[in-house]
Amino acid sequence: MPKMTMVQALNLALRQEMEKDDRVIVLGEDVGVDGGVFRVTEGLIDRFGPDRVLDTPLAESAIVGMSIGMAVYGLRPVCEIQFSGFSYLNFHQIECHASRLRHRSQGRFTVPMVLRTPYGGGVRALEHHSESREVFYAHMPGLKMVIPSGPRNARALLVSAIRDPDPVIFFEPKAVYRAFREEVPEEEETLPIGKSLLVREGRHVTLITYGAMVRPALEAADRLSQKDGIEAEVIDLLTLAPLDDTLFVESAKKTGRVVIVHEAPRSYGPGAELVARLVEKAFYFLEAPVRRVTGYDLIMPLFAREQAYLPNAGRIVRAVKETLEAAA
Amino acid sequence: MPRTRLNVDTPLEFLSILTEDGVVDRDLEPDVSEELLLKLYRFMILGRRFDEKMLQLQRQGRIGTFAPIKGQEASQLGAVAALEPRDWMVPCFRETAAQLWRGTPMESVLLYFGGYDEGGRIADGQRDLPVAIPVASQLLHAVGLAWAAKYRKSDEVAMTFFGDGATSEGDFHEALNFAAVYQTPTVFVCQNNQWAISIPRSKQTRSRTLAQKALGYEMPGIQVDGNDVLAVYTAAKEAVYRARSGGGPTFIECVTYRMAMHTTADDPSRYRTEEEVAEWARKDPIARFEKYLAAKGWLTPQGLEAVASEADAAIQKAVQRYEELAKSLGDPLQMFDHHFEQLPAHLVEQREELRRFLETENEEARHA
Repeated sequence: MPKMTMVQALNLALRQEMEKDDRVIVLGEDVGVDGGVFRVTEGLIDRFGPDRVLDTPLAESAIVGMSIGMAVYGLRPVCEIQFSGFSYLNFHQIECHASRLRHRSQGRFTVPMVLRTPYGGGVRALEHHSESREVFYAHMPGLKMVIPSGPRNARALLVSAIRDPDPVIFFEPKAVYRAFREEVPEEEETLPIGKSLLVREGRHVTLITYGAMVRPALEAADRLSQKDGIEAEVIDLLTLAPLDDTLFVESAKKTGRVVIVHEAPRSYGPGAELVARLVEKAFYFLEAPVRRVTGYDLIMPLFAREQAYLPNAGRIVRAVKETLEAAA
Repeated sequence: MPRTRLNVDTPLEFLSILTEDGVVDRDLEPDVSEELLLKLYRFMILGRRFDEKMLQLQRQGRIGTFAPIKGQEASQLGAVAALEPRDWMVPCFRETAAQLWRGTPMESVLLYFGGYDEGGRIADGQRDLPVAIPVASQLLHAVGLAWAAKYRKSDEVAMTFFGDGATSEGDFHEALNFAAVYQTPTVFVCQNNQWAISIPRSKQTRSRTLAQKALGYEMPGIQVDGNDVLAVYTAAKEAVYRARSGGGPTFIECVTYRMAMHTTADDPSRYRTEEEVAEWARKDPIARFEKYLAAKGWLTPQGLEAVASEADAAIQKAVQRYEELAKSLGDPLQMFDHHFEQLPAHLVEQREELRRFLETENEEARHA
């Protein structure tokens, strides 16, 4: 199996789906000749031509609005918004139409589109290029919201997203784009949307996370195991909406202690929903307050201070220890 | 280099064929069959009388808020009459007459404005998008549909409607730009009814015409008398032909007037004068069309009465059907339908929560 970065794995998913299905159209700013600013769409225009890979004018609302029309017609548009920080310009097209057309037309029209966009910090970028606002989309009825964490699951989830009959917001952790390689099979592979994954077994504490935070969570789990004999279970959500709460609720019942990790700001963040589900479904099994290791409720600082803003293994280790020290 | 004059070709026409008094310009009179003209007349009457009926129903509390179309019958019907059934119609929220022309049953319109999501259902095969309320947002869908039709090498056209206020929205400009860049078969029909709620056309934009906005996108633009159904039809026919034959998009500005309120929740006396409304009443699209058809010998006083009473009978039946349907659509659990192809687990749970609550409520009500 070839070893690939997430960028290469996403490119593989797009290429193979475009080969199989002429309804799949890629569109966005600089996705053609330039291959996308992160090169996720590299080479697609050479292979499929400018009719299937559209270098669009610079207008996010139009990219998404046009994708909605294409999807209603029966195509499978995969649009790229260059950075999630620019997706606010297309926000109303998602809230007012993509998420609602199936319902508004009572099932007559559907919007099987994918909106791909890089999110998150850690790459020393400019202002507006590092935020994690997944909760905006995860909160919206009528949408699916997927966040892969590594090359292999990114490829498999993107294939599933393209084939999904409903609109899917696909956030790509840009800090992971080229951070490491994984074996990715050339043959088709999909992962179900709406299913979380157990990535490390443990018995003392449950770490719930997703996206770029899966790696620091695993690093923390290794450190805790090696230095303190603490075995942390790590769950990668992979999909934020619809949220699969079965796995983490079961895990919390087993360990009784939970730490949630995300880089999005804390208040009303994804962790708030996770805590609510735990309170609703595992309250009597909890032996300590649930801790959240998150971005602070701040404007994301420019890159000189971003590492202090982002959760890391050290902060996760500290939170786990405090959770374990808390009285039962 | 010297400062030179750039020769930007900016042709812009105004088209009017039928005067306010119903006198036709023989040179411009389109070659339209008696059958089509009478059909247009019937739908103009149906559109107006249905509008009046809806206003009555709204005032009686039998439907909710809606946007009346009175005065704009010619501008929407003249445009939509240029489409074939295989073409797409992408409305905003003031195209009731156009929706009826395209085949939407009146009871669906009533259901929608009566608060039932089921009213948004478009019949299979009918290529209309449902009503879109956020101003100008739907224009982009018409661009996407038209792009897809072109990609599939079909000759379908997408026509979209919006008002003068929409031309200030970003989505309007993005849509015109994308349509022009990709030369999509899109027809943009602006019903310039002079008012965006309380903001007059003069405060909406500094431009002398709305049609000229097309020129910035290298797109043909035309301004027509929107109360002249022959002019609207002629311009729309040309635009549809251009789009269908690979000539790209067109922007049509129909100069018309919103005779009634923005929606039934609005009181226009706060911002406009009765004199202004009276002045536009003299330009009524239906009165002048009646004169034209009478002069042609295609519409007699008896025929005129027959059209009106047929419309009223159809409206009455539709209101009955709506009220019967509404009774059968009482189940609140239906609000969970049509969110996803498959209802996810958390929504199954939430639906169950509501179902149980309603059940116990009903039981308590029975005991009380």
